[in-house]
Amino acid sequence: MPNIQRLQNLSGQAHIVGVGESNKLGKVPEKSPLAHHSEAAINALDDAGLELSDVDALFTAGWSTLDVAEYLGIQPRYTDSTSVGGSSFVIHVAHALAAIAAGYCEVALITHGQSGRSDRAPIPRNPGTPMAQYEVPYGIIGPPVSYAMAARRYMHQYGEDRTRQAMAEIAVSTRKWANLNPMAYFYDKPTTFDDYHNSKWVAWPFHLLDCCLVTDAGAAIIITTPERARNAKNGSVKILGAGEGHDHSGISQMPDLTSAFGRHTGPQALEMAGVSHSDLDLAMIYDSFTYTALVSLENLGFCEPGEGPDFVASQRTAPGGDFPMNTNGGGLSYTHPGMYGIFTVVEAARQLRGQAGERQLEDCNLAVAHGTGGLLSSTGTVVLGTD
Amino acid sequence: MTNPTPKPQPIPQPESDHYWEGLKNEEIWLQRSKATGKFQFYPRNFSISDPETGEDGIEWVQASGNAELFTFAIVHVAPHMGFVGDVPYITALVQLEEDVIVPTNIVGVTPEPESLQIGMALKPVFEHDPDGQTLLKFTPA
Repeated sequence: MPNIQRLQNLSGQAHIVGVGESNKLGKVPEKSPLAHHSEAAINALDDAGLELSDVDALFTAGWSTLDVAEYLGIQPRYTDSTSVGGSSFVIHVAHALAAIAAGYCEVALITHGQSGRSDRAPIPRNPGTPMAQYEVPYGIIGPPVSYAMAARRYMHQYGEDRTRQAMAEIAVSTRKWANLNPMAYFYDKPTTFDDYHNSKWVAWPFHLLDCCLVTDAGAAIIITTPERARNAKNGSVKILGAGEGHDHSGISQMPDLTSAFGRHTGPQALEMAGVSHSDLDLAMIYDSFTYTALVSLENLGFCEPGEGPDFVASQRTAPGGDFPMNTNGGGLSYTHPGMYGIFTVVEAARQLRGQAGERQLEDCNLAVAHGTGGLLSSTGTVVLGTD
Repeated sequence: MTNPTPKPQPIPQPESDHYWEGLKNEEIWLQRSKATGKFQFYPRNFSISDPETGEDGIEWVQASGNAELFTFAIVHVAPHMGFVGDVPYITALVQLEEDVIVPTNIVGVTPEPESLQIGMALKPVFEHDPDGQTLLKFTPA
């Protein structure tokens, strides 16, 4: 079991000093996934006031660090290809904290690049997994089908109408944030409750507007020691708490369809950081689907199981609401190349450093970024704070 | 030909050959721990409720086929080219009487939410593919 006392000693022992996206997000057929990696890496390094030659640790998912490092022309002394779905990059933040505190490296680069929309060479699935053997032949393929079955179970346990209303609230509130983010796919697309209810079915109970985008995009994060963070060009953000884990791969093996692993990683990250829920100014919650965000709020402990629909009622998570969530527009309406988790950390760092433009929160000093990967399979949670 | 792209086929592994061969005979065979009496799905080379005894701790037992609907979705956008001709279709997780959850399809009902109630009784339908494996689907009992 995690040793909280030792984790508390680790709290704050590394800082985020740079974040960046690739130059263009959305439909970008002229760029390869590795080009998204490199653009984002260079943008994040520029944000930090560092260069590629300063990087001595590489973290990525989806691709092997071997391929990404070779493409970037770097020779890392610490390497981590932990790949457990879209939460991986949040987990990498915690791994970088541990590696830097232990002395393995000083400048960690976490990169992500994926052409979910335009990839000429999508990575094939392993046909030998139990999921391939027992789920795929029945058309239980990809996230919408699996998450929809989890959401239907939640509706059964906690009420169909109030769950539907909660999903609509999140679908609309998140897109209001996107309307404030020029990089967001929905920046110029206002979205109403009617739009939500009228959008086509993808996998009932999911409407199209319950589902994240499928885009081409990249992002990167630079993490370094507290000492080197003092010279950061645009300020730094402390990594205060973290948790990671998973409890299944295929959806049919999930122990409880209404409780993802955030029930462990959320409380651990907060305890490590020494903060409580009411201290947090911003929640960046991976929203592969409206349901993912809804159930994650419960899992993280913001409210009790089944109370999520009350928690998000009346556009509470929208601009101007008292619980700002997914201020970049989320995977639902900003960008979502396939493994979106890194963007939760990018936005949290921007809000904490006052770089969020029109959507900037007042007095944002403490944020949680929470990634969910696979088929509600893995989670990674980090708590970040202003320096 | 409504489906020019074939559906992905299950590739049985050594520990699951018995399961897939059983389906061809319209029998559902599950693994049970000799020590704990707990069933498990899917087949493994040991019991997850009694790991220490390894392969010797498992026995194969034929399931009754009695099941109830645990949850479902109705797929309108095919997630694979092989399913383009099938939409809308119903995916489900069903709970067998032996207390294991099995991923499947519900067939023989209109693919609308009103056709399905969580907890409804189901019975197996064996869908044979002469060139491949038999799939275990369910329909209202």
